[in-house]
Amino acid sequence: MGKVLLEMKNITKTFPGVKALDNVNLKVEEGEIHALVGENGAGKSTLMNVLSGVYTYGTYEGDIIYDGEVCKFNKIKDSEEKGIVIIHQELALVPEMTIGENMYLGNEQGKKFSIDWSKTYGEADEYLAKVGLHESSRTLIKDIGVGKQQLVEIAKALAKHAKLLILDEPTSSLNESDSKALLDLMLEFKKQGMTMIIITHKLNEVAYVADKITVIRDGSTIETMDKRTDEITEDRIIQGMVGRELTDRFPKRKNVKIGDKALEVKNWTVHHQVYSERKVVNNVSMYVRKGEVLGISGLMGAGRTELAMSIFGRSYGKNISGELYINGKEVKLHSVREAIEHKIAYVTEDRKGNGLILSNPIRVNTTLANLDGVSNHGVIDTDKEIAVAEEYRQKMRTKCPSVEQNVGNLSGGNQQKVLLAKWMFAEPDVLILDEPTRGIDVGAKYEIYCIINDLVAAGKSVIMISSELPEVLGMSDRIYVMNEGRIVGELDAKEASQEVIMGRILSSSKGE
Amino acid sequence: MNKENVSAFFKKYTMVIVLVVVTLFFTWKTGGRMLLPQNVNNLISQNSYVFILATGMLLCILTGGNIDLSVGSIVCFAGAVGATFMVNKNMSVGVSIIIMILTGLAIGAWQGFWIAYRRIPPFIVTLAGMLIFRGLSNIILNGFTIAPMPDAYLNLFNNYIVDVFHGNGINITCLLAGIIIAAVFVLVTFKGRMSKIKKGYKVGPAINDIVKCAVISIVIIAFMWRLAQYKGIPMILIWVAVIVLIYGYLTSKTTVGRHLYAIGGNEKAAQLSGINTNKVYFIAYANMGLLAAVAAMAVIARLNSANPTAGDGYEMDAIGSCFIGGASAYGGSGTIPGVIVGATLMGVINLGMSIMGVDANWQKVVKGIVLLAAVIFDVESKKRSK
Repeated sequence: MGKVLLEMKNITKTFPGVKALDNVNLKVEEGEIHALVGENGAGKSTLMNVLSGVYTYGTYEGDIIYDGEVCKFNKIKDSEEKGIVIIHQELALVPEMTIGENMYLGNEQGKKFSIDWSKTYGEADEYLAKVGLHESSRTLIKDIGVGKQQLVEIAKALAKHAKLLILDEPTSSLNESDSKALLDLMLEFKKQGMTMIIITHKLNEVAYVADKITVIRDGSTIETMDKRTDEITEDRIIQGMVGRELTDRFPKRKNVKIGDKALEVKNWTVHHQVYSERKVVNNVSMYVRKGEVLGISGLMGAGRTELAMSIFGRSYGKNISGELYINGKEVKLHSVREAIEHKIAYVTEDRKGNGLILSNPIRVNTTLANLDGVSNHGVIDTDKEIAVAEEYRQKMRTKCPSVEQNVGNLSGGNQQKVLLAKWMFAEPDVLILDEPTRGIDVGAKYEIYCIINDLVAAGKSVIMISSELPEVLGMSDRIYVMNEGRIVGELDAKEASQEVIMGRILSSSKGE
Repeated sequence: MNKENVSAFFKKYTMVIVLVVVTLFFTWKTGGRMLLPQNVNNLISQNSYVFILATGMLLCILTGGNIDLSVGSIVCFAGAVGATFMVNKNMSVGVSIIIMILTGLAIGAWQGFWIAYRRIPPFIVTLAGMLIFRGLSNIILNGFTIAPMPDAYLNLFNNYIVDVFHGNGINITCLLAGIIIAAVFVLVTFKGRMSKIKKGYKVGPAINDIVKCAVISIVIIAFMWRLAQYKGIPMILIWVAVIVLIYGYLTSKTTVGRHLYAIGGNEKAAQLSGINTNKVYFIAYANMGLLAAVAAMAVIARLNSANPTAGDGYEMDAIGSCFIGGASAYGGSGTIPGVIVGATLMGVINLGMSIMGVDANWQKVVKGIVLLAAVIFDVESKKRSK
């Protein structure tokens, strides 16, 4: 047993009306990787906010004992001085600044009125080398990918002399290979004696890096498991998280009759929105049939979102060429409106940025894509609108006090349900779901899968773009594998496996 | 009512409460002169242009906190054009009005085109417009004032509705109109409530609606009674009321209105929901030009002249009214009734201080502080609700 670096004792935090944390205990030993798992809204982030001083001493009950002393943090700087550094899920980097400037933002080197740039960049380069990022610290953040940005965040934490590093869903926007590299980096830091807490939804990551796992549910600690002494299985963790046994993570689909081709593209090529000489989708031909769930798998940046959005009324890309057939007839779609009129829906991967109006109630969001459905000659029938929103709230089992609740106050899973409801109300025949379960908890995922099954049972077609291989494998009837803008494989669900898909991606990358 | 209801009530009606308190304050300070019939009448006629411009400005602000700086200059320009045709060219009043409206619409469309379809920041486009149309007004007017306006024109704005009942000392038509409006309001409120109950939707406690109806009815009747003691219903009140009703309906009940709010709330989401965002921007700014022309009509009638400095600073009155009335500086929220309350509050402060004889420069200071306080309050209360 190592030395206990951090102990959080009986932490209770109450918000008006809600008890977010109820007697939570957490013990972290020096030099271990401790995973914190739990559904969305279970209280993980609140706990970490208590630890880092976002919620100041006195606004919660209980004690934080770090390195042998009771801590009373009044601001984030206090906890950072002790070496407790959080890397938040949403990256907090300024795109127009260089890596080095970002790393020392708020912690500028040199004198107050004379920043020492050579020191800044010199040290930044050292830290970048430590995290294995081969970029100059003078590169602008906007010029590097998300995976590398995540590494910059870590380098930034190191520059603050972190002793206890907290990573809040560090891989949520990374693809498989970048995720793997990040986890390996964590293991490398562990060897050097760093202590880390990782918050994540992905159980395979937990199994890969964590020494101990603490499960939190509804603001209370359920149990802490030790890899050395306990037998840890994914099922056991899931059971702890949701409080029930999830016998099957993917609901069974009853025999759905698969019909004719609902949507087909031939020789579809799309150029990058800004760098118009670059092809992001390259000569793609694909189709989806009625009653079919079509999975599109691939790494981030493979061109899947670009493919979907370019089909959806040219909402992305330049110089789009190729043919689009709906129910066997060739059509040309010039705008999102036309796409919706041709009964196509695209459910974005970025529900907060591109999908929902967070400051508006569920009612308004639900009808936004089909206002004609609740209005006569441009006049909205509010009663009808409420009825529609209410109907979908029940159908999707969205948890909210009423449909007048602002979407911004809902949890990720419930937001995703509102977003889906919006597009289901537009009555599409072909639904393109882009990462439909990103960042939502296990229970809500299951419900989304059930909705997908209902849709195909009603004869609709679903195209599901997903970076989570188990999900693609568990839900699809047929799978396309995309890489570097091309389709590099078409697989029947029966013959597909994680290995086969990754194999297709890797072998096609080598061919370049 | 429990504690939560009370705080929700105060939050919703803060500006109304502030308006009442400020009105009472000035009534006290002016020894009751504030609420003399003539002053109530002046509140409307002096501020008619603010109501009209603020209504249009709200649409621009809804799209994302975008403002239109050019409205003051458009008022001046449209007024100059109208006066030139009416007075110098002896054109008929009807034709001149149509020309003014078309002028405003054309300017709005011009600015809207650059903002919506070329995506030039509204601040820049309208700042340019502010300079261009102020300059053009001076060029058209040669720096002189055109006056007086024809009587037929003035009658449209400065007259009062004739009392068909010939009341003695009190305008019965006016009072009657007030009672009818109040009755219609009560009727509509309860009809809506009934139909909601019939369809099985949830409704708030009846006491809320009753109190709301009682307060609003009393205000309407008291207001019209004051006007009745003066000369009756001013024509300009009809103009303002019609515009406010049209745009109140447009923003709250139509798809176009919903699109405005959606764009301000999340432009990308609106775009991916099939909303033609360019068109919505264009409509907002073209419409602002149109309403600026309507305001110009009211202004040249009230001044009985068109002069090169007319409309100076009007954009700030309109923008201020919107923000005081609760429109978000980031777009996506704000209502026409809110803007009316905001404009009235500005008007009451102006009028109250003028009666008290406060120096014009100090009036500006007070208005500035009120604007800042309103927005600070709005931002802070939003933070807390999170």
